[in-house]
Amino acid sequence: MISLADQLLVLVLLINFILLGTSRLIFSIRAVAVQGVILGILPGLIHPFSWHLVGITVVIITVKGFVIPLLLVRAVRSAEIKREVEPFLGYVPTLLLGAVFTALSFGFAGRLPMLPEHQNFMFVPASIATMMTGFLVLTTRRKAISQVIGYLVLENGIFIFGLLLAEAMPIMVEVGALLDLLVGTFVMGIVINQISREFSSLDTSRLTSLKEE
Amino acid sequence: MYSALQGAFDPALVALVAALVLGCAGIPGLFLRKPGSGQILSALVTIPASLAGVAASLLLLFSHTTATYVLQWNLPFGPCDLVIDPLSAFFLLPVFLVSAAGSLFALGYWPAAEHHTTERGLTFFYGLLSSSMAILLMARNGVFFIMVWEIMALSAYFLLVTEHEREDVRRAGIVYLIATHVGTAALFVYFSLLAAQTGSFLLPAAGSFSALSPFASLIALSAFIGFGAKAGIMPMHIWLPSAHANAPSHVSALMSGVMLKMGLYGIFRTLTYFYDPPLLWGTVLTVAGITSALFGIAFAVAQRDMKRLLACSSIENVGIITTGIGVALIGVSSHNTTLVYLGLAGALLHILNHSFFKPLLFLGSGVVIHATGTREMNLMGGLGKGMPRVALLFMIGSVAICGIPPLNGFVSEFLLYLGLFRQLNADSLVYLVLLAPLLALVGGLAVIAFTKLYSSVFLGTPRSSAAVHPHEAGLTMLVPMAFFALLCLLIGVAPQLGLHLVSPAMTSFYPELASTGLAAEYGVIMGWLSVSGGLLLAAAALAALLWMWRLGKSGVTSAPTWGCGYQRGTARVQYGASSFSELAVSVFNGIMRQRISRPKLAGLFPGAAHCCEAPTETILERIIVPLFTIAGVSFAFLRRLQHGQMHLYMLYIFVTLFIFMLWAH
Repeated sequence: MISLADQLLVLVLLINFILLGTSRLIFSIRAVAVQGVILGILPGLIHPFSWHLVGITVVIITVKGFVIPLLLVRAVRSAEIKREVEPFLGYVPTLLLGAVFTALSFGFAGRLPMLPEHQNFMFVPASIATMMTGFLVLTTRRKAISQVIGYLVLENGIFIFGLLLAEAMPIMVEVGALLDLLVGTFVMGIVINQISREFSSLDTSRLTSLKEE
Repeated sequence: MYSALQGAFDPALVALVAALVLGCAGIPGLFLRKPGSGQILSALVTIPASLAGVAASLLLLFSHTTATYVLQWNLPFGPCDLVIDPLSAFFLLPVFLVSAAGSLFALGYWPAAEHHTTERGLTFFYGLLSSSMAILLMARNGVFFIMVWEIMALSAYFLLVTEHEREDVRRAGIVYLIATHVGTAALFVYFSLLAAQTGSFLLPAAGSFSALSPFASLIALSAFIGFGAKAGIMPMHIWLPSAHANAPSHVSALMSGVMLKMGLYGIFRTLTYFYDPPLLWGTVLTVAGITSALFGIAFAVAQRDMKRLLACSSIENVGIITTGIGVALIGVSSHNTTLVYLGLAGALLHILNHSFFKPLLFLGSGVVIHATGTREMNLMGGLGKGMPRVALLFMIGSVAICGIPPLNGFVSEFLLYLGLFRQLNADSLVYLVLLAPLLALVGGLAVIAFTKLYSSVFLGTPRSSAAVHPHEAGLTMLVPMAFFALLCLLIGVAPQLGLHLVSPAMTSFYPELASTGLAAEYGVIMGWLSVSGGLLLAAAALAALLWMWRLGKSGVTSAPTWGCGYQRGTARVQYGASSFSELAVSVFNGIMRQRISRPKLAGLFPGAAHCCEAPTETILERIIVPLFTIAGVSFAFLRRLQHGQMHLYMLYIFVTLFIFMLWAH
């Protein structure tokens, strides 16, 4: 089971690269959805059965895999924007950066003082690499929708880390993390609406005109 | 009977539940479709809950017991104790009383029919503020304390900016927010240092700490800044006048009557930790207190805005209370039990008294503002004829706040005077006597301020069209005011009662007081005070009856005030509020810098001219604002970091994270 989990994590890492490399918005939304579904399956593979676990799995798969992607796709459709990502930094440089950060996170994770039973898994490096990818997407992409995708990937990274602790983690923390996500999505939803209404484009670099003088 | 009661229910639990009910009282109103029903429901829930809370606090106060509950929370800050000891129970009394009165008053003052957009939020945050203050008094875990403290500060902010469409309200809100968060920052330091000293976030037990231990002075200083900012001790009072003036009146009543006391509670609580406070602490508190009292009331005299005047007088009263605490602390350091007793009794009783007459006055000002639509005293006048009941109640509040017998303000100041004069015969610290004339000066200025307030609002003839047709307040507004007026009278005529109320809190502050005979000794003095107060009341009543009888005998014709037999008198020949206080203000011009623009009059028949005056917020406008401006200019380069590029903001976080990860290696 654990080896299966590791293989799924490799898949998660590959999806990270897809996100960094693709130029199509809809495609990257679908990629995040797939990543969310994989994350939903993971807890079932590494922890013994419990109803708590079933609850987590169902919620994660519905929210991450279906609800949020659907909302995003609708936002893309209704905002009538060009369906390209329009990065600040080209695709190849971001991909290279992503590769560098993934390598670094493996190196970093190897040096962390961890419990022996967690030592040989890919959870920690995959988590850090996914967070880094999220940050990369956040910093290099221009459109507000890609920003939301960035947040989602970041959140996925945090979630992978939390998987190790799923049993020790009090429900409050889980709820807190989900709330974060909800708030992030909401805020970005508002930002998307407002930007497209004010500037008739979804380019976040236009937000500079809002800064306080 | 008492044991039977205790068997039936636990008063501490009742107080706790009452506190929670207050917080939830405003919630249904947020969802009810029909405007106003939430407000009525909230009052219907708040009043019984508060009465139960008052009863429970009284039981707890006199049973001399300490009830402890532990809140189950999954946060890594140690156990979260909720404790009600006599000191907490004492402070709970005003919380419950003022919230109940305010929620009833709101029905008439802020009716949902006229304010349908703001009423829901106002009712909700009003309950939240009351509830958070009650729970704050029970919190014994530093982190929980800070959380509740912030809920209190923020709900007060939202109450304050109820009329946020007005520019001055928003400005007052910003000043308040900055001031309260400076205080909170100091409290973070305070609780962190305490936790570092004791090893847990639980507040230390009474008398468990030596002031000689390292950081003790720093703890005391951060408590003084953090709690003092909330209490409004000078120079941390800058937020107070504009905040109290711009909030709805029942909110000002709650803020001034109770929220300021939370700061004082914090100072009290901090002082209980130490068994050997140095003389310096008491001196600092005394000096800060008497300065606040003197300058607070001097600022009050200069105000034109009636609620600002009341707010400045809150600074004065907090100053008097702080002086009392300081004097008591000096007594503790010099092992002078009488001084401790009188200082503490004066301070604690004044806390209670101030939470009776200040809400009374703020509610009264609310009625007046409701009727005239202005806060400017120069535009009012003659309101006493239209609203005689409000005028009477307002007068009781004004007399009480000036410390004139036979009302309650006199009792607490009298105790403080007694303590100071006792020092004449003392072997050491004789110079404390010098505080007495200063306190007397404060009292005299208070009389000027409140004479100005009362006479320019209620006496004379209307100075503007706003004040021409006042209408008497409705029952929902009169009842809370009458209630506070009765309490003022009760403590004034039966001061033993007041002394009895504060004594459990005093023994929990300074346990040695229990074994002395001071309570009995001063109980007798209070008895005499009570008798003379009663005689005074009887004499006043007799004189009034005689006067009315004489008036009844001869025919009475009524004419406008200041008519003086002239054919065509005008309201403008009266003393205005500003002209009344001009002399007193000019004495303090060195600190107040009142801005007056006078017209140049020349010739025998000068033409129309315009004169205006505005009091300055000296400390805010001369010191704090320039400081902020300097800080703004010198840190302007940091503004470049705020360029509006969201991606680069993300990059900041990213880089920070990366640096931390590298650093971890």
